[in-house]
Amino acid sequence: MRRSSVRRLAVPVIALGLLAPALAACSDEPADLVIYSGRNEDLVEPLLEKLEKELDANVEVRYGDSAELAAQILEEGDKTEAGLFFSQDAGALGALSKEGALTALPQPTLDKVEEAYRGGEGDWVGVSGRVRVLAYNPGKVPTPPDSVHQLTEPEWKGKIGFAPNNASFQAFVTGMRVLEGDDAAREWLKGFKANSPKTYESNTDILEAVDSGEVSAGLINHYYWYEKAAEEGEDKLTAKLHFLPGGDPGGLVNVAGVGLLKGADTKQADYAQQAADYLLGEEAQTYFAEETKEYPLAAGVAPADGLPALDSLEAPRINLGELDSLKETLAMLQEAGLV
Amino acid sequence: MGVSIGKDPGARPVPWLRPPGRVPWALALPAALAAAFALLPLVYLCVRALEQGPGHAWDIVTTERAAQLLGHSIALAAVVVTACLVLGISLAWLTTRTNLPWARGWAVLVTLPLAVPSYVAAFAWLSAVPELSGFTGSALSLTLVSFPYVHLPVAAALRRTDPAQEETARSLGLGTLRTFWRVTLPQLRPAAAGGAVLVALYVLSDFGAVSLMRYDTFTRGIYTSYRASFDRTPAAALSVVLVLLTVALVAAEARTRGRAGYARTGTGTARPADPTSLGKWRAPALGWCAAVSAAAVAFPLATLGYWLAVGNSATWDPARLTETATSTLGVAAAGAALTTVLALPIGVIAARHRGRTAHLLEQAAYAGHALPGITIALSLVFFAVRYAHPLYQELPLLVGAYAVLFLPVAVAATRAAVLQAPPVLEDVARSLGRGPWRVLREITVPLAAPGVAAGAALTFVVCMKELPATLLLRPTGMDTLATRLWTETGTASYAAAAPYAAALILLAAIPSYLLGRHRT
Repeated sequence: MRRSSVRRLAVPVIALGLLAPALAACSDEPADLVIYSGRNEDLVEPLLEKLEKELDANVEVRYGDSAELAAQILEEGDKTEAGLFFSQDAGALGALSKEGALTALPQPTLDKVEEAYRGGEGDWVGVSGRVRVLAYNPGKVPTPPDSVHQLTEPEWKGKIGFAPNNASFQAFVTGMRVLEGDDAAREWLKGFKANSPKTYESNTDILEAVDSGEVSAGLINHYYWYEKAAEEGEDKLTAKLHFLPGGDPGGLVNVAGVGLLKGADTKQADYAQQAADYLLGEEAQTYFAEETKEYPLAAGVAPADGLPALDSLEAPRINLGELDSLKETLAMLQEAGLV
Repeated sequence: MGVSIGKDPGARPVPWLRPPGRVPWALALPAALAAAFALLPLVYLCVRALEQGPGHAWDIVTTERAAQLLGHSIALAAVVVTACLVLGISLAWLTTRTNLPWARGWAVLVTLPLAVPSYVAAFAWLSAVPELSGFTGSALSLTLVSFPYVHLPVAAALRRTDPAQEETARSLGLGTLRTFWRVTLPQLRPAAAGGAVLVALYVLSDFGAVSLMRYDTFTRGIYTSYRASFDRTPAAALSVVLVLLTVALVAAEARTRGRAGYARTGTGTARPADPTSLGKWRAPALGWCAAVSAAAVAFPLATLGYWLAVGNSATWDPARLTETATSTLGVAAAGAALTTVLALPIGVIAARHRGRTAHLLEQAAYAGHALPGITIALSLVFFAVRYAHPLYQELPLLVGAYAVLFLPVAVAATRAAVLQAPPVLEDVARSLGRGPWRVLREITVPLAAPGVAAGAALTFVVCMKELPATLLLRPTGMDTLATRLWTETGTASYAAAAPYAAALILLAAIPSYLLGRHRT
């Protein structure tokens, strides 16, 4: 690089670089509703586009990680940009509810879903359900176990995959604490740890490891299997799913849900309310069933073909509003040496 | 022509170091503004960490687990820095000072790993060799993406140092190896140490590689704290520890710089050194370059090819890819421009002045560099919603975040470039009555321009790859290649992610390529 050419280039490049954002910032039109979505863009963008048409409003969506968006909302306080928070899991909604960042939903909206799938304060509501399942490799495990309690037995040593940092796994542990008490949960974690389970970062990684036989079985959410089947073809998948019966804590039904933000202005609040109702309506519920392979929770929509009915699952009866004690769960996981 | 050898610090008076405390206002003011900007996250951290009282924060950082995580982070940083020094210095020497075949080609090739995001490298290694997960895999993937931080400044220094010194040493009877050890290496010290600090801070702040490799570091602990407990106090308290570690590191590096002068008089006499003949070491040297290039460049690219080959999620959307690539380039260019402008006064002061002011300014620029992107992003959310609401979730704020995140990258490049420009010329200009601004514009900046431009290119590359702060601060609806990559891998649509990863690597490879070719 010649010095003179660098100098000739430098000034316009720097000027352009500094001016461009200022110019871009001027060309905004205000949104009627801003949604912070912790749900993946690829999964829900088509649905939120339908929602925008239905509301006949300018809807902007900001995608991110549910927990990070929750932290952002708390940092924004009453100046939040968002009207609606669409969370990947109940935990982030519970945290916002606890900090008083959510506003109460009207009873008719809440009543669209079963009480178990909404927040204890009536300030958030589940819109789709995901079930904790055991993914297993039939080549290694001819008959899968019916309870997570069997996974602490010696025959499973080194053969289980799990994702300790994943919100769904932590919700499962919280569920176990609520269902069976802290001592039982601590005991299970101890036994589980003693079996040297393999740690993964995500459900996807676990499923891949089960499929390749790296581990014999893994604890995941049900729809990851269906996503992978859609990506690679069902016949190419070795791994199978087992829905744990008998109200086993390993079969927890968690939800993705929405909450209305207190900091939003009244116009946004109105649209946010309509958006929540839309997501609980037939069109959106059918979308969850067919596209994301989750369980619809409202409007009488049936789950996708091949999925057992939600009420046939013998899932544990638990109020998701009680799953907000994540901090204690985390402490317990740390104590057990799992995270 | 005056020549100085930086071998014996402090033994004789060094004529061109100004006495401390005489930083001209024209430089000090903009530098102080830039430093204050870089310190914003620290103010936020103190607010959050002390929210529930200093005792609470103290309890958080003094747990056994925090100590364990800190140990992991320090061990990882030490190993990666050592490996990067070996890789960076050996490759720089081979490509600039020996008769290695295709030296220029190798020089470019070993710069390209800069374009590979750490999470892509980690993913590639993990999917090929799952057993690597943990410390080994983290160290390997982080080394392979960050050794150019050492290689680039060292190669530049090797090209710029006057070969006359080495020739003199050899004519006085020193062998090749001892000449390298006693004459060349001391000259490389500021360049190598500056690069090493950047590598160390990069390792401390990295989340992508360690999370994929499942190695628990301090930064991963901070993320877990945000994600699992939704509590910002522990995350902030832990972040403060990272800041303290950074300050200690930068102070240690400043010590290694010693008191020697590294410039030669005159600029343009870039007489190439007579290449050292490799002799029987030719084949091993070639093998070394080939192995590093294969592991750091060819392997991640091959993995992307594999992603494309398997899976049928590859919905080609060229329009969206182009749009995303364009906005990525725009925002990265703006980030690089702002960062370079802010870094300039600090870099000049750090090179030209000693004493407390200079030291503090440089420390301030580095202080936040080991912080994870999410912490920086949340701190800017905090300030923007309170004091600059119109800018919130607009491009200027994102560009500002890049500047806070990557200021040290540009400061290091500027400082190294200015250090090698002879200060005598500035003194002459000052003695002829030029003001400090004119001297900066007409003497210092032109002399240092190639190095400053190289720093800008480097900043451009790291801005392109940035993910966590971009996710939180981007204008709603805007995507960069990194955020698209994040979205696609979030649903395990690796085939759909591959074009974005490939575009990211190829676009970032252009400035990397220029950096590799860059001759001064």
